[in-house]
Amino acid sequence: MTAAKNHTEVENGIEVIDVSKQFGDFEALKDVNLSVPDGSMTALLGPSGSGKSTLLRAIAGLENPSQGKIFISGEDQTGKPVRSRNVGFVFQHYAAFKHMTVFENIAFGPKVRKWPKQKIKDRVNELIELVQLNGLGKRYPSQLSGGQRQRMALARALAVEPTVLLLDEPFGALDAKVRKDLRTWLRRLHDEVHVTTIFVTHDQEEAMDIAEQIVVMNEGQIEQTGSATELYDEPVNDFVMGFVGEVNSIGGRLVRPHDTQVFPNEVEDSTRVEVDRIVRLGFSGRIEMLTDPDKREIWAQLTRSELETLNLEPGSPAWVKPAPDAVTREDTGALEAAVTAESPATDKPTPSMPGLPV
Amino acid sequence: MSEVTAIDAGEPRPRKAFFRLPGAGQALNKGLVVMYLGLMVLLPIVAITSKAFENGISGFIDAVTAPQAVAALELTVICSLIVVVINAIMGTMIAWVLVRDKFPGQKIVNSVIDLPFALPTIVASLILLTIYGADSPLGIHLAFTKPAIVVALLFVTLPFVVRAVQPLLLSLDRDMEAAAESLGARKWLIFRRIIFPNLAPGIATGIALAFARALGEFGSLVLVSGNIPFQTEVASVYIRGQIEFDRLASASAVSVVLLAVSLALLFCVTLAQRWGLRHDR
Repeated sequence: MTAAKNHTEVENGIEVIDVSKQFGDFEALKDVNLSVPDGSMTALLGPSGSGKSTLLRAIAGLENPSQGKIFISGEDQTGKPVRSRNVGFVFQHYAAFKHMTVFENIAFGPKVRKWPKQKIKDRVNELIELVQLNGLGKRYPSQLSGGQRQRMALARALAVEPTVLLLDEPFGALDAKVRKDLRTWLRRLHDEVHVTTIFVTHDQEEAMDIAEQIVVMNEGQIEQTGSATELYDEPVNDFVMGFVGEVNSIGGRLVRPHDTQVFPNEVEDSTRVEVDRIVRLGFSGRIEMLTDPDKREIWAQLTRSELETLNLEPGSPAWVKPAPDAVTREDTGALEAAVTAESPATDKPTPSMPGLPV
Repeated sequence: MSEVTAIDAGEPRPRKAFFRLPGAGQALNKGLVVMYLGLMVLLPIVAITSKAFENGISGFIDAVTAPQAVAALELTVICSLIVVVINAIMGTMIAWVLVRDKFPGQKIVNSVIDLPFALPTIVASLILLTIYGADSPLGIHLAFTKPAIVVALLFVTLPFVVRAVQPLLLSLDRDMEAAAESLGARKWLIFRRIIFPNLAPGIATGIALAFARALGEFGSLVLVSGNIPFQTEVASVYIRGQIEFDRLASASAVSVVLLAVSLALLFCVTLAQRWGLRHDR
């Protein structure tokens, strides 16, 4: 899927070639190469400090790369200021012009471009409708909710009909419910307006939910680019495997919880654990366990009948090992090093996971 | 362990009782504040106003329309206005450089800003006399001229706009500027449409404070202005002169005019600020 796109549609999308960025001694980006197909929605996914925001800002022109080139729609944008790149940029904390009304905020870009008055008015009203802020045009940003402010910021970015839309952690400052609604809404909006979109996130669920292409970044480099399914089924290394989807670390290898086999007795190549909790969720269920000497949490996802056959109790010993055909990667500790500070909740399977036998 | 818990649990009770003021206590507090402000602010204003009208309205009008008084008031107001305009521009620029630029010695410069304000005004006057007087090491002989008054007032009112704008500039969301730029705006347009509207309330505050200070300034002017009637005599010096001639009513009348001008400006600035901050309500 990506291979075909790489050759046919790329000239109208975004092309990042060998881009590096240094902040003093710190290398924020190291020789990054990336193709974003025209009209697609791409997620830059990674832990904080992985360089994903820097890459987005470099594409926008808000940062100048120390080396490398950036093409948008086949045009070399390297060194051009942000104002001449025709990009729409949405910031995590909205960056609302707080002294202007919703209408004035959205009208800012068209006004700078000296559109005729009536055209500006029509365009702004059209956008207010598109982002569902009807009747709020005369409000100030301080009178809007977080979700409304971000929709206003989106409308403002779209007002000048940008070639690309860049969103930096657009839902990061919102609470869980609004976040989920807004990202579904963004996906639908994208299907309507079809502008090439890149968004930055540290939330794998968000990336998998709405992006066609996910770029997994770590320490200033791209680890892997692909669809959610590709990243999940064929991760190139333990970092990608652990960052996209759930993993257990068993005997020095990462394995998915649904590929984790549990035995009541010791079998060959298995690791001894202690059963901590058994959770039954209708058809499926999970066993939460602690590895024996170092008490790390792991869990296995099983069907109800598997659970009943095992018949384990909290506190009883058990043995685990990866299933024979399981995808496993050597645990180099890369994931732990990168996400120690912001490890996502590990006890819930991702509901929208493709290919997950829930 | 249990002892500690017992002490911790027991302690909040008397504290709560101490802080939870009953209704009567609040009324008492309010009364105290009103009375204090009345004594400290209102009473002197009433006293000086009544003194000013000691000889009736005609006496007041005669006092403030005396040619020398008119000249002094005019000079004071015009110099103060000039000072405030220069301050608004330079103060904003200084605040900008202190917040947005990085240069060696920045911290020292930042702490020096308050010096003209903190300095005893008579010392300031002496300094200015030394620099701009007859023996000026710079060869600039400003002393006893109108420009000397403006320079002295600029000196003592320097910090007001700087200090009022600085915090606003610090808390200004830089992403707003980036957003404006991504929408196609150039530097000057970003300043005019995005930055300035957010700094304006601070500039207005600084202007009000600087103007009030300039109107009543005495100490820093008394040496350097020369106090030549009809030429370099400012209102405060004129008032002092009237007191020396035992014309207390006349001194009070001119004082009331200064007071009225100050209040009028404060009122205008407050109105402007409320309009400028309408988006925060």
